[in-house]
Amino acid sequence: MAGACPTGRGLLVLARGKMKKAPIMGLQALFFYLFAFVAIASAFMVIWARNPVHSVLFLILTFFNAAGLFLLTGAEFLAMILLVVYVGAVAVLFLFVVMMLDIDFAKLRSAALDYAPVGVLIGLILAAELVVVIGGSVISPDIGKTVANPIPDLATRTNTAALGDQLYTTYVYFFQIAGLVLLVAMIGAIVLTLRHRTNIKRQDIAAQVARSPETAVEVVKVKPGQGL
Amino acid sequence: MIAETLSASLHLTSPEISLGIGALVLLMVGVFAGNRSAGLVNSLAILLLIGVAAYVFVTPLDGLAFGGVFKADAFARFMKIAALLAAIVSLFMAGLRAKAEQIDQFEFPVLVVLATLGMMLMISANSLISVYMGLELQSLALYVLAAMNRDSTRSTEAGLKYFVLGALSSGMMLYGMSLVYGFTGNTGFAEIAAALSAETRSLGFVFGLVFVLSGFAFKISAVPFHMWTPDVYEGAPTPVTAFFAGAPKVAAIAMLARIVSSAFGPVVHDWQQVIVFISIASMLLGSFAAIGQTNIKRLMAYSSIGHMGYALVGLAAHSVIGTSGLMIYMAIYVAMTLGAFAIIMCMRTAEGQPSENIEDLAGLSKSNPFMALVLTALMFSLAGIPPLAGFFAKYFVFVAAIEAKLYALAIIGVLASVVGAYYYLRVIKVMWFDDAKGGFAPASAGLKLVYGLSGLFVIAYVLFGSILGDAADAAAKSLF
Repeated sequence: MAGACPTGRGLLVLARGKMKKAPIMGLQALFFYLFAFVAIASAFMVIWARNPVHSVLFLILTFFNAAGLFLLTGAEFLAMILLVVYVGAVAVLFLFVVMMLDIDFAKLRSAALDYAPVGVLIGLILAAELVVVIGGSVISPDIGKTVANPIPDLATRTNTAALGDQLYTTYVYFFQIAGLVLLVAMIGAIVLTLRHRTNIKRQDIAAQVARSPETAVEVVKVKPGQGL
Repeated sequence: MIAETLSASLHLTSPEISLGIGALVLLMVGVFAGNRSAGLVNSLAILLLIGVAAYVFVTPLDGLAFGGVFKADAFARFMKIAALLAAIVSLFMAGLRAKAEQIDQFEFPVLVVLATLGMMLMISANSLISVYMGLELQSLALYVLAAMNRDSTRSTEAGLKYFVLGALSSGMMLYGMSLVYGFTGNTGFAEIAAALSAETRSLGFVFGLVFVLSGFAFKISAVPFHMWTPDVYEGAPTPVTAFFAGAPKVAAIAMLARIVSSAFGPVVHDWQQVIVFISIASMLLGSFAAIGQTNIKRLMAYSSIGHMGYALVGLAAHSVIGTSGLMIYMAIYVAMTLGAFAIIMCMRTAEGQPSENIEDLAGLSKSNPFMALVLTALMFSLAGIPPLAGFFAKYFVFVAAIEAKLYALAIIGVLASVVGAYYYLRVIKVMWFDDAKGGFAPASAGLKLVYGLSGLFVIAYVLFGSILGDAADAAAKSLF
C-alpha cells in the first residue's frame, strides 16, 4: 500500500535533483561561477535594458544559465524542461506580446520607482523563504528521507528515468487524464477561434490546375455600335 | 480491495476508458468527415453514452483502482447513470436544435462526451488529485460549450464569465486542497480520514476545508458563489444551458458527498456548519431572487440555485438516509429540469425567433394544451406539491434533516419552498389565465417526447418511486 499509493509527495523533491554534499571544485566550480555570474548579470539586464525586446532576450539568457546550473546539480530533466517550456514557449510568447502590443515602455519605466517599495517587500519575502528552506535542510539534514518516493542514486538511475518510472506507473491515471484535459483545451481553442470565412480570396491550386481555356475564356463577339 | 494489477485497475475503470476512447473515435470521425457530419457525430455520441450507461448499469464493478485514487461502488454507479442519462437527453435535444442555435459543429458532441467523462471521473474520485483532474476535464469542456455560439455576444460573454469565475474557484479549491494535504500529509481520501481521526484537527486544516467547500459551492452554484449562474444560463445556447443544469450538478454533488463523508468523515461538525449555511442561503436566495425574473432561463437558474440548497439539506444530515435523499433529489431534479428545458426550447415564435420571456407563455393552455399541461405538472413538481415527484424529493431530505436533529434547517427549508412556490405558480397563472399573445411555432416530435416523458415521470413517480428509492438506499450505504 505505501509504495503503491500516490500521495503526490515525491515528484517535486525528485525533480529537484541531487544536492551536492562535497565542496565544488575544479572544472565544475568554474562552470558554476560562470553560469551563476552570467545568470545574475543578465537578470539585472532584464530590468535595466532600455529596449523591451532586449529585456526578453536577456531573460532567455538567464533561463539558459539557470538550466546550466540545474545540469551541474544533476537535474538534467529540469534543465531541459526549463529550456523547452520557458525558452521555447513562455519567452517566445513574451516576445510576441512585446512586439505586437503598443506599450509605451518609457512611460511605464518612469513610474517604476513608485512600485519600488512593493518590489522590495516581495524581494524580502522571497529572501526569507529561501532562508527558511535552506535553514531547514541545515538544521535537519535528514529531511529528504521522509519523502514517499525518495530520489534514486544518480549513479544507477538518471532522474529523467526515475520520473518516468513514477509518471508511467504510479501516476499513470493522472497522466492520462492530464492528456485528455490538454486535448479538450486544444479542441476548445480551435472551436472558438478557427473561422472558415466564405467571402475571402484564397488560392485553390486544384481549381487553378483544373481550369481549361473552355471554362476560363469566353469569346464574345461584339457587334459594332452596340457595346456589351 | 485495492486492485493489485494493472489489468484489474483497467477493468474497474472500463466504462471511463470506453467513453474516452469513444470520444477520440468521434473526434476522428468528425475531423475526417468535415462539419457536415455534425448530425452523425451527435447520433454516434448519443449511442456511445447509452452504451456506457447500459454497461455501468449491468456490470457491478466494485473496488479501488490505480492505487486507491479511483473508487467504483454502488454510489458511483447510481450517480454516473444519472449524469449519463442527463447528458444523453441534453445531447438529444441539442441535436434537434443545433442548426437554429448555431452550435451545429461536430466538436459539440465530442466536448459533451469529454465533459461527461470528466463527470464520471469526479464521481469516482477517491483522492484530491483525481477530484481536481476530473473537475478540470469537465469544467474546461463546459467553458467552451458556453461560448460555442461565437456570433452571439451573449454566448461569448457567458463563456468568458464562466471561465474567469470557474478558474478563480478552481484556484480556491486547489489552495484548500494544498492546505488539507499539508496538514494531513496525504491526498487519498481514506488516508486523510485516518490522519484526521488519529489526531485533533489543526486550524490550518479547517482553512483548507473551507476553501475546498467554497470551490465546490461554486461548481454547484450554491450561495454565496452563485453569481455566475443566471448570466451563464441566460447567455449560453439553450441546449447547453439544459446540459449545464443537469449533469454537472449531479457530478459535483456526488463528488462533494464523497469527499465530505469519506475524507472529512471524522470532522463532521467542521463541515456540517458550512454545508448548513450554504444550504440555507441557497434555498432563501433561490426563492426570493427568482420572484422578480422575467426571463424563463434566468428563472430556471435561480430555481437550480434553490434546488441545490434543498439537495444539500440531505448532505448536511450526514446519514445513509440523508445521502439516499440527496441521490433521489438529484435524480428527480434532473428529470424535472430537462423537461422544463425541453419546453423552453419549444418557446419560439412562428418565425423561429426564441422568445424566452415568461409573458410569452400567456394563453399556452389554448394554443398548446398538452405543453401547458406538462409544464404545469413540472412547475408544481419543482415547487414540491404532492403527489408529484418534486414533493418526494423534498420530503426525503427534510426527513433526513429532522432525524439528524437539524430542525432549524428543515423549518427554513420548508418556509423557503413556500416562498418558492409563488414564482412557479406565477408561470402556471400566466399559462392558464392570461390572454393569449402570439403562440409558438409547432414543437418538434423529439422535444415533445422529452417533455412528455419528463411529465410522465413526475406524475407517475408516486407509483414506481420505491424502485428508485430502494436503489438509492442500497447505493447510499456504500458511502458509509
